[in-house]
Amino acid sequence: MQDLRVLDDAHAKAARREVYKVTIILSILTIVELALGYSMVNMSEQSFSRHLIKGIILILMLAKAFYIVAYFMHLKHELRNMIMTIVLPLGLFVWFIIAFLADGNSFRELRNKYAPYDQESNIPVKQNQHSEQEKGTIELKKAVE
Amino acid sequence: MSTTTATATTKWWSGGRSPFNVEYGKIMMWYFLMSDAFTFGALLISYGTTRFATQGWPDPNHVFNSFPGLGSGYPLLFVSLMTFILILSSVTMVLAVQAGQNMNKRAVVSNLIFTIIGGLAFLGCQAWEWTHLHHEGAWWGRNPFLNADGTQSTTNFTNFFFTITGFHGFHVFSGVVINIIMLIMTLNNTFEKRGHYLMIEKAGLYWHFVDLVWVFVFTCFYLV
Repeated sequence: MQDLRVLDDAHAKAARREVYKVTIILSILTIVELALGYSMVNMSEQSFSRHLIKGIILILMLAKAFYIVAYFMHLKHELRNMIMTIVLPLGLFVWFIIAFLADGNSFRELRNKYAPYDQESNIPVKQNQHSEQEKGTIELKKAVE
Repeated sequence: MSTTTATATTKWWSGGRSPFNVEYGKIMMWYFLMSDAFTFGALLISYGTTRFATQGWPDPNHVFNSFPGLGSGYPLLFVSLMTFILILSSVTMVLAVQAGQNMNKRAVVSNLIFTIIGGLAFLGCQAWEWTHLHHEGAWWGRNPFLNADGTQSTTNFTNFFFTITGFHGFHVFSGVVINIIMLIMTLNNTFEKRGHYLMIEKAGLYWHFVDLVWVFVFTCFYLV
């Protein structure tokens, strides 16, 4: 009985160490994500480097999701059958994301080609509409310089 | 760990035991969370589709650049605070679950209290941010922000932002309520009498799911 108690304590300690380890990993991933997000502040919207950074951020996001589900939600330590009954249905998202984003993109391209007069970018910008945001942007640019 | 390796050759499907080696309520919580993941996934994918179908989009670094007491010009600062609050409250929730597995009532109570405080702090941050954006003129159907290229933006941006962060905030609110109920049940010795703290584990799964969704919402709205 005494031995079992010691084993339990060791197990609890190992579990707690795992929690601290995952906390540090999640914090580091978040800080890297934020640094990357901040580095995009003055990049032009359609530049290649901006798209590249966005891609890296999305990969880091998936890594964070993995650590939360696997360790905090304990799914990694469940039986394989249990893991698969959760993970396989969510695999549908791969198809959803590819199909729907491609659809949105194609809709925009078709509209630009066949109905250019219907673009929302043709809405005229109202004067003084958002001086607050402009001010923030200027301050931001100063801060970055 | 040693018990799972010993039972690796067990015939899980020949009856008499849970083939997933998980308690019934916990499996059902997992399946509920899976359905909730599809709901959030549908919202975020419709956001992505609309964003791809729209000419321009506001730059989040310019929209979300305020911090209470400091004014504007601090991109990502406030949302980093919110993210760390939610991650830390998730950590204290794991510690509460582990304390429950060791039948340590004191540690369960203190960690649950930390988790509840974290949840309330997150809700407070979100309330401040919504109020601030509302003062700037943003709301459902109203978008004062310009696209990144300086052209007029559509209301798609604010509609999706308030709908999705609102739905997530509603989940955080429900999570806080559930955690408060767990705290009251722990203080009433309900779990002590039952002989196990499995209920805390189910509440914990829900709370981690809320944190998980925030990882996606945070990335999709504030970073990308």
